[in-house]
Amino acid sequence: MKTILETKNICKKYQGQPVIEDINVKLHEGELVGLLGMSGSGKSTLFNVISGLLIPEDGHVYLDEAEITGRTGIISYMQQKDLLLPHKTVIDNVSLPLILQGVKRNQARSQAEKLLPLFGLEGTGEKYPAQLSGGMRQRAALLRTHLFGSHVTLLDEPFSALDALTKRKMHQWYLELMSQLKMSTLFITHDIDEAILLSDRIYIMTGIPGRIEHELIINEDKPRHLEFNTTVSFVNYKKQILEWLHL
Amino acid sequence: MSSALTKKSVSINEKIYPAAIILLIVVVWQLLSSSGIIPQFMLPSPINVLRAFYNNFGDLMFHARITLTEAAAGLGLSIALALILATAMDHFDWLYRAFFPLMVISQTIPTVAIAPLLVLWMGYGMMPKVALIVLVCFFPIAVALLDSFRSSDPDLINLMRAMGAKPAQIFRHVKWPAAITGFFSGLKIAVSYAIVGAVISEWLGGNEGLGVYMIRVKRSYAFDKMFAVILLIMIISLLLIQVTVWLERITTPWRNLKLEDSINEK
Repeated sequence: MKTILETKNICKKYQGQPVIEDINVKLHEGELVGLLGMSGSGKSTLFNVISGLLIPEDGHVYLDEAEITGRTGIISYMQQKDLLLPHKTVIDNVSLPLILQGVKRNQARSQAEKLLPLFGLEGTGEKYPAQLSGGMRQRAALLRTHLFGSHVTLLDEPFSALDALTKRKMHQWYLELMSQLKMSTLFITHDIDEAILLSDRIYIMTGIPGRIEHELIINEDKPRHLEFNTTVSFVNYKKQILEWLHL
Repeated sequence: MSSALTKKSVSINEKIYPAAIILLIVVVWQLLSSSGIIPQFMLPSPINVLRAFYNNFGDLMFHARITLTEAAAGLGLSIALALILATAMDHFDWLYRAFFPLMVISQTIPTVAIAPLLVLWMGYGMMPKVALIVLVCFFPIAVALLDSFRSSDPDLINLMRAMGAKPAQIFRHVKWPAAITGFFSGLKIAVSYAIVGAVISEWLGGNEGLGVYMIRVKRSYAFDKMFAVILLIMIISLLLIQVTVWLERITTPWRNLKLEDSINEK
């Protein structure tokens, strides 16, 4: 498989203290890769480096073999909070990345309009974010990330702000969505079940400073279903991860 | 529907108390005047004030127009200056550090003391009045804007940067809209300052305007007319604040969303 995104030996310090050290991750075309680790292991820092918001002390980021270290506006990035602008309607919120790229407002809106149903947001275009439920806001944030148009997407704990039941619904929806859209995605989670359920591959990040200690390939057919997490193979993956995390 | 009704009756209830107190004060004042306990030349009765207001309506309107013109010019200039300077100060930190203390110091200058100097420097025309209004109105607007800019969500700014937004785009899509609320709370203070500022500056020199008219009727001991001017100034200020509230409501529709408009998870 073709490697799309690659980081080489990334080190990032914060106030002189290393936060992440020697991070090497690869993302292949069409892959969904989970980055699993406890809070404070520097997962978000790594994403900030990959998205170009932070410049690493050491190491490089490559997209399609071209160096993009420290360059913003190239990779789609969705943060933990939905970060929808309260003063814009849903349609204007999700078409914002297109507007920033210089697309005319009408054109951007109609492009976004077409994708609303796929993201379960039919008929909400003219609503304000405050009028949506948490799950819908998260889906709107995902649509905005998708409309940014990069073929690589970073998702920082995309479902962690949701309650358990909504989260389960979102997983189901997301698995369906992924079978329709061919995106290469790197996502952060601290939810082991979520990581196994969604990922093709999982990097496990531990320690202070954070390092990638293990890598686990989830060899299961796609599209997956929620029932996967009641199977024996699922439990075996989970056992392996718990062992690595010393839990 | 029923919730809307309850809401309305609650807001009426809340207005009854202050209205009743004001009415009570006016009635007591009228009784004190008409019974001769307070002599008319010291404090005209409410009815006499209203009569003076009615009889001098033409004069009052003529001078009010002058005062309002000055206030509008001063306020407009303050808003423009505050927008430009607050944006620049937010973008360039050195500007913030250089100018913010100066802005605070400018607020410690007593208005009444600086007004005659402004007249001395700029003459008896509009200029010194507008300058004084800018001096008092610029600050509340600029500070409200600066605070709003500085309190915008850093994650939101980061997201915008990650999406490749330029500083101007961040102001346009995030900072300015987020500052609207702050801007209007500054503006509500500034509009009443603008009218009072205009009147004070007219006291100290000029040929027309409510302040000039006030001094003139005071000198002829026409206290009923003087109270009529005060009443007019109050009415104008309240109206302007109300207009500001109304403007705020129509420019920020997302802040007044009714609960019944929200959608539940499908």
